[in-house]
Amino acid sequence: MLGLGKKDFILLGIVAALVLLAPFILNPFPADSALAQFNAGYPDLMQRFMIFGIFAVGFNILFGLTGYLSFGHAAFLGVGSYSAVWMFKLLSMNVIPAIILSVVVAGLFALLIGFISLRRSGIYFSILTLAFAQMSFNLAYSVLTPLTNGETGLQLTLEDPRILGVSQTAAGGIPVTNLFGMEMRETTTLTLGGWAFQFNNGYYLCGALLLLAFYISIRIFRSPFGLMLRAVKSNQTRLNYTGLNTKPYTLAAFVISGMYAGLAGGLLASMDPLAGAERMQWTASGEVVLMTILGGAGTLIGPVLGAGFIKYFENIFSKINDNVLHSWFHILPDSIENAVIWVVEHFVGSGWHLTLGLLFMLVVTFLPGGLVQGGQKIGRLFRRRDAAAKATQSTPAE
Amino acid sequence: MGILEVKNVGKRFGGLQALSNVNLSIAENTVHALIGPNGAGKSTLLNCLVGKLIPDTGSVMFDGQSVLGRTPYEINQMGISRVFQTPEIFGDLTVMENMMIPCLAKRDGVFKLNALRTLGRDAEIRDKAEQMLIDMNMIEKREMHSASMSRGDKRRLEIGMCLAQEPRLLLLDEPTAGMARADTNNTIDLLKQIKAERDITIAIIEHDMHVVFSLAERITVLAQGTPLVEDVPEKIKGHPKVREAYLGESAAAA
Repeated sequence: MLGLGKKDFILLGIVAALVLLAPFILNPFPADSALAQFNAGYPDLMQRFMIFGIFAVGFNILFGLTGYLSFGHAAFLGVGSYSAVWMFKLLSMNVIPAIILSVVVAGLFALLIGFISLRRSGIYFSILTLAFAQMSFNLAYSVLTPLTNGETGLQLTLEDPRILGVSQTAAGGIPVTNLFGMEMRETTTLTLGGWAFQFNNGYYLCGALLLLAFYISIRIFRSPFGLMLRAVKSNQTRLNYTGLNTKPYTLAAFVISGMYAGLAGGLLASMDPLAGAERMQWTASGEVVLMTILGGAGTLIGPVLGAGFIKYFENIFSKINDNVLHSWFHILPDSIENAVIWVVEHFVGSGWHLTLGLLFMLVVTFLPGGLVQGGQKIGRLFRRRDAAAKATQSTPAE
Repeated sequence: MGILEVKNVGKRFGGLQALSNVNLSIAENTVHALIGPNGAGKSTLLNCLVGKLIPDTGSVMFDGQSVLGRTPYEINQMGISRVFQTPEIFGDLTVMENMMIPCLAKRDGVFKLNALRTLGRDAEIRDKAEQMLIDMNMIEKREMHSASMSRGDKRRLEIGMCLAQEPRLLLLDEPTAGMARADTNNTIDLLKQIKAERDITIAIIEHDMHVVFSLAERITVLAQGTPLVEDVPEKIKGHPKVREAYLGESAAAA
């Protein structure tokens, strides 16, 4: 169905179900319980899961298939955000033209950077992309201030011309982003007992686009083009001596993944119409590399898992502060409580990077195939146990 | 006029004259062997034919067209396929996937952005690749990870991948190097079978005289970067110049 094999269709179905039901799944704890801070089912974070999922899925098309490790993909994300905000300022608060422009501009920008960077491979390619991204960051931060509004970041103002729309609402405020009148920030809350489930328009737009992005990624993986990209990773010499030019293949992969990043950037701006240079910084480029490797580079679902994992840590673990820790450990005697908190506080709050780093080390050491490999291992364990159980059951019958 | 005409080719690496004044004509539908002691310039010559190296002087014409200045993939698309000394295959891919790539290259050319077509539903490519695996007698290995195969199987796959492109000229660079006797004999049989079944010209570089004399219809002996003699195998065997080149002057005198 949809041109997919059975397995792929089921995978897409599972992702679709998860996206649709995320407001429930990510909200397992009642709003007033002590564990409520582990709930991730609020619009802002759910949007980020989807947006960075798109970013990582696109990055995986380049890195997972061709093995070309780009350290500059945040540049395309940033360019996408700036393009979208400009569209909001000049044309309309509808997100559709903004998203289209951000994908197109990021694609063109990727074509330029890819054309130059892909003259080299391996570490030289990575360094070239990193250099370009840092260059873009510095341009956005200072040189191109008229376009990017420098370190303040590009924001909407009350004086924006906005051809297809109004500069200010009747109440004198800045209009909000919408999809043909449906406001992106609009959230419906469903209260069931102690639980409060939030359904946000923007989240569902991001979710729909994640599904589309994921679907296209599956199609690319299963296409002759995808096979060629894997062949690039495996043996470029043989590819050249088989009458195939590797350059347009890698460039196409680079541009496609740049467009995914642009889409992610455009969506970030559509959810919250501002764009800052920090989105293009090298740490942001590194983050998508981490997401892809953590989830499982070269696998379909891995990057989405990795993105969710990292964004969860970033937003949930970083919010656990001393007060929260004291409320958890208050039953312990004071001296022990303080000792425990002294240890734990380094791993939460602003120290969440430490936890993430340790987890990343564990994953790449023991599960080089990422979280997906972990899932496969567990799956195999169960199957073996099933098989063993069946074998013991059938023995008496013989 | 042969399918491949090499005229006055010279190549220098710094102070080393690797090739000088090489003239070679390979007739269509023959098996032509290129032999010579180590350092004779056999591999350099081969690299000049496939676009890896560009000779300093001379011309290389394939089927009336110059190959000089063209990239390896362009030369390949003209109809020259190359088998490497160490098998070059896509080790991360399955045997079937390996075989589909040359089939796609043959049909779609140097680049095609068919990113939304489904490979599994491309019956034309699948059938062709399967047929080629049957011909190569390795269809039962189709789902195998190609890196995990034996060297003989890798070589067989590589030859099959080259044939899938229906080349007019197949270049083999020491196809039996490092192989056990049984594998070597299998390779000889495979090449004989290929020659019998197809209109194809084969040029082979080889050290193993058993292989050379089993297959070649003409032999060119290269020594110190220049062709020494060219003749049919029977005449090459006892040729004094060949003995000299291989065994050294004193041995020939003795």
